[in-house]
Amino acid sequence: MSPAHRVSPFWIALGLVAAGYLGFWFAMLAATATYTSPGEVMEVLLSREIRYATLLSLVTCTASALLSVAVAVPVGYLMSRRRFPGHAVVDAALDIPIVLPPMVVGICLLIFFQTRAGGLIEQAIPLTYTVGGVIVAQFVIAAAFAIRTMRNVFDHLSPRPEQVALTLGATPLQAFRHVTLPAARSGMFAAASVAWARSLGEFGPILVFAGATRMKTEVLPTSVWLAWSVGELEQGVAVSLLMIAISMMVLVAVKMTGERV
Amino acid sequence: MIRLENIVWTPPGKGRAPVLDGVSFGIPSASYAVLMGRTGSGKTTLLEILCGLRAPGSGAVWIDDREVTALPPGERGIGYVPQDGALFPTLTVRQQIGFGLRMRGIPPAEIESRLLEAAGSVGVSALLDRLPPGLSGGERQRVALARALVVKPSVLLLDEPLASVDEETQDDLMELLRRTRREHGITVLHVTHSRREAEGLGEWQLRLEGGRVHASSTTT
Repeated sequence: MSPAHRVSPFWIALGLVAAGYLGFWFAMLAATATYTSPGEVMEVLLSREIRYATLLSLVTCTASALLSVAVAVPVGYLMSRRRFPGHAVVDAALDIPIVLPPMVVGICLLIFFQTRAGGLIEQAIPLTYTVGGVIVAQFVIAAAFAIRTMRNVFDHLSPRPEQVALTLGATPLQAFRHVTLPAARSGMFAAASVAWARSLGEFGPILVFAGATRMKTEVLPTSVWLAWSVGELEQGVAVSLLMIAISMMVLVAVKMTGERV
Repeated sequence: MIRLENIVWTPPGKGRAPVLDGVSFGIPSASYAVLMGRTGSGKTTLLEILCGLRAPGSGAVWIDDREVTALPPGERGIGYVPQDGALFPTLTVRQQIGFGLRMRGIPPAEIESRLLEAAGSVGVSALLDRLPPGLSGGERQRVALARALVVKPSVLLLDEPLASVDEETQDDLMELLRRTRREHGITVLHVTHSRREAEGLGEWQLRLEGGRVHASSTTT
């Protein structure tokens, strides 16, 4: 092989690190996938409780992803396009849900809804230990990820076309609606997918704020925990495999749309 | 006519020196001025202040005997063509050119006839259903020019419009710009690094240096 085509030891070393990390992951997934038989997995997944938890997960994740994008688009746009006093502080504050332990978020939610302001909201829409509470618990964390995604999307879109739109007589809202938003469509899908995937895996805040009541507020991560806590390992593994499959599908969707952002 | 009076602009942040430090100059109606200056000298900032996209720290902007310093960009009577055209990424050429008319509430039939006329005048009639990724650099600049001209501005502001095209396309676009100025009777301020563009187009040559317009001269 000519010197020009010889792969440098530097790149080989980097490749080994990547291969080691991915190999570890594949080994874990393979071990989980072969822990139980396909028949047992199907039996668990077709049970009434798991079908309910699956449906509830799909519905609540979709609702929290839509809510997250509805908040992430205006907040991400504001943070990307405007510099204002305290911008850095607001930027850091928006990341708090990302770094806070999820269980702490659940405790904060539970305490807030015991206050006077929270009580007023509860009177209009009961949330604590309800399906609504599942969505709120997922949303408060997923929205932070969606905001970060949308901010990156807007950072990568040049503001020049919006500025040209303003010189052509558009208001800032019209420039946003007709020029920027259509260009951010793929990014919005990516943000929704990230929020959806994050919501699917959420467990701590849901357990604390919405509870883990079978056939009521039980979502897939709760099912894994409930099965594990009573020693039903096959059931826990079966639900875990279902969640891995769903996550893979979301990941593929994000990658496919991400390339078009 | 364009007139700037003692424009000062300082970037945000403590202790920063002003980028524009008392810029004053005038460009007579229907003339073609070229503004030159080093990278970072504040040329684009000056255009943004003229467009109303950036507020000056102090000073006044006049366009056609009307002070526009406090007016929003859409009410200044300007057309703006940034570097590389800044076309709207998801709109067809037809939608791009008709955009300003649509924002002004012009009836659809009139929009169609005016956009066809504008597209014809810059030679993009065959491209009306294309999206920006399907256009060459020169075509993008032509579309951006038609989009700016269709709303009949009295002043055309060009920010390095020929910087990203080859020399042959530059010659074509320079001829188009000369013809546009002649046919529309429009005042043009053209920012460039290129001496070739300045000598080929500018009746007035301005140089921005050290925060001020230092030299101005006529070539015709």
